[in-house]
Amino acid sequence: MSELTREQAQALIEEVLEVYPEKAKKDRAKHLMVNDKTIEQSKKCITSNRKSVPGVMTQRGCAYAGSKGVVWGPIKDIIDISHGPVGCGAYSRGGRRNYYAGTSGVDSFCDINFTSDFQEKDIVFGGDKKLAKLIDELEGLFPLSKGISVQSECPVGLIGDDIEAVAKKKQAEIGKVIVPVRCEGFRGVSQSLGHHIANDAVRDWIISNRDDKAFESTPYDVAILGDYNIGGDAWASRILLEEMGLRVVAQWSGDGTLAEMENTPKVKLNLLHCYRSMNYIARHMEEKYAIPWLEYNFFGPTKIAESLRDIASHFDDKIKEGAERVIAKYTPAMNAIIAKYKPRLQGKKVMLYVGGLRPRHTIGAYEDLGMEVIGAGYEFAHNDDYDRTMKEMKDATLIYDDVTGYEFEEFVRQLKPDLIGSGIKEKYAFHKMGVPFRQLHSWDYSGPYHGFDGFAVFARDMDMTVNNPCWGMLKAPWLKEEESTGELKAA
Amino acid sequence: MSKLRQCAIYGKGGIGKSTTTQNLVAALAEAGKKVMIVGCDPKADSTRLILHAKMQNTVMQLAADAGSVEDLELEDVLQVGFKGIKCAESGGPEPGVGCAGRGVITAINFLEEEGAYSDDLDFVFYDVLGDVVCGGFAMPIREGKAQEIYIVVSGEMMAMYAANNISKGIVKYANSGGVRLAGLICNSRKTDREDELIEALAAKIGTQMIHFVPRDNVVQHAEIRRMTVIEYDPTAKQADEYRELARKIVENKKFVIPNPLEMEELEELLMEFGIMEVEDEKIVGKTAAELAV
Repeated sequence: MSELTREQAQALIEEVLEVYPEKAKKDRAKHLMVNDKTIEQSKKCITSNRKSVPGVMTQRGCAYAGSKGVVWGPIKDIIDISHGPVGCGAYSRGGRRNYYAGTSGVDSFCDINFTSDFQEKDIVFGGDKKLAKLIDELEGLFPLSKGISVQSECPVGLIGDDIEAVAKKKQAEIGKVIVPVRCEGFRGVSQSLGHHIANDAVRDWIISNRDDKAFESTPYDVAILGDYNIGGDAWASRILLEEMGLRVVAQWSGDGTLAEMENTPKVKLNLLHCYRSMNYIARHMEEKYAIPWLEYNFFGPTKIAESLRDIASHFDDKIKEGAERVIAKYTPAMNAIIAKYKPRLQGKKVMLYVGGLRPRHTIGAYEDLGMEVIGAGYEFAHNDDYDRTMKEMKDATLIYDDVTGYEFEEFVRQLKPDLIGSGIKEKYAFHKMGVPFRQLHSWDYSGPYHGFDGFAVFARDMDMTVNNPCWGMLKAPWLKEEESTGELKAA
Repeated sequence: MSKLRQCAIYGKGGIGKSTTTQNLVAALAEAGKKVMIVGCDPKADSTRLILHAKMQNTVMQLAADAGSVEDLELEDVLQVGFKGIKCAESGGPEPGVGCAGRGVITAINFLEEEGAYSDDLDFVFYDVLGDVVCGGFAMPIREGKAQEIYIVVSGEMMAMYAANNISKGIVKYANSGGVRLAGLICNSRKTDREDELIEALAAKIGTQMIHFVPRDNVVQHAEIRRMTVIEYDPTAKQADEYRELARKIVENKKFVIPNPLEMEELEELLMEFGIMEVEDEKIVGKTAAELAV
């Protein structure tokens, strides 16, 4: 489909909104916009981080998902207890593909579901005694764990379990960090508040633990914040930083450890990939330890090169030269990838609807392949995310916040993109519509997509999805025949 | 056999709900009625005068000991006391932990599922914690449970406030279900013109003062022995008062959707009876020092 004019895009939004009752229409209208490059601040044209309209099939998660699933879950040597009934832990286990190097159940605990498994009696009499017992048992069974976090499920907030008191008492007894996290699912409008609560818990219980301890610094110490190592993303990022001469002290939190997090206040620069989920702790370290932070983007060679130079600009010539050396080293390989895939993907249109950073961060990678992002939206972004997104998107493209199932399907019907990048809940609806689809939360069991190495995988995956012959075989042969015989009869 | 009548007793904490309920139930049993008491208060003191026990084993405590409520049998939780009165206590956590409301819900569901509400019963009485603080404590008055509510009250200001507030709660459930306010039971504190006051309050809410229970030390004498007056001293004058209350409840036909008072109306009533001083707007928010000037 050819590009829309501003007026056509606006008309499309209005047409889609038409089915809603008046109140819902008014509300949803504020969350949909046509990108306007002349506007600096998104607050003039889009509303975000508000309660979803009931009945619209929002794709959002909850505060527990944001804390346990996103921020805490990937820390490999900390055991996360899902405190409450069994379901929250069971259904959030292992879905995010945050890789780690370690031995599960010995020194790494990411893919095990630990839960206090609340029963009726725990609701009535309180779960604090059970939590204390559980911590004792964990200490006996998994002595190599470095700490424990208590991730509150909804009932814990309702019955007022004093998890802070249990954490303090047990921390003194077993001599390990125990962090109570008040991330009850009913708090806030989406998983976004869970990220914030998780960051605050790290701030209150972890970040200053080694303030007085000795640390052998180098001038080139950095930390990676907001990379969850999905399909190995953080590893593909880390090697580039190390090749240019930096020392990566910590990974937050993909394949990360408690010790790395505790040492992070000693670094010279915090590198922030997922702004939404970790800007809070970056700002805290800036305030308390005067550590500057920098947002970067490791999707696609153009953005990677830009980011490497940006990062290097905070250091001396040695690092600046290092960045150029790294870019030069990988450029031929990147050019070869582009030469191979760009002709197959040139001009293909993409619509994105993902979580915290990908709707804007992957745009450059698609553009490197000659593709064009014509619509982007977030489940749980705030307006500072949209400020950043508007700059990346072309004029008159669609931007949608907390898009509903209906709206997204209608946009796709009308705009006919060649590829959709979104999550598992959207995937099969669009498959049934015959639209090529990639999961951009879990990389569809592939990855990494970060870094130069990741771009090779990214380009291959997009090609094999968009140009997959299956899309031409969606109609059953006998239906095709009927169609043609029908035409013959009519003739 | 007549239809089972389920009644819930509410009222301000400390007003004498449990004592009144147990004496009333004892009087009903004496008159040949088959009655069950379900205590809905984590303190679990709703059946002690019937069972002569310190505290009955509660449904929730037994469930916690056994592992889960599914592991319990009805006979574990149901005890029989004076004149065949069946007794159950929901139980719940100590103050400050857990969720007592959920305990009430779980216990009542258990009793229902296990068939505690047998066909031979004439009455079930729920003795409920002072305030309807959450959904759990409203469980006894939800659809299909208690249809009649009696509020224990006295001539004291806070008791009347509480009675009025409880009426507000009843309105909510009355509109969606069949629950009705059946009357105020005045448990006398010997305040001035107490009977007139409660009668006036009842009239304004749209109900009746079903009985005025005078204050009598024999109640305490019986209680020290963990007994009801009916059992301890059947000849006492106070025993007749509870018999009279029981008779009125058996014959009661006045079930209403209450019309709770606005705060101003209630305060006017209190002022009329001299329980509350006429408010002097000039002194509001003034400290002692400021007023002395």
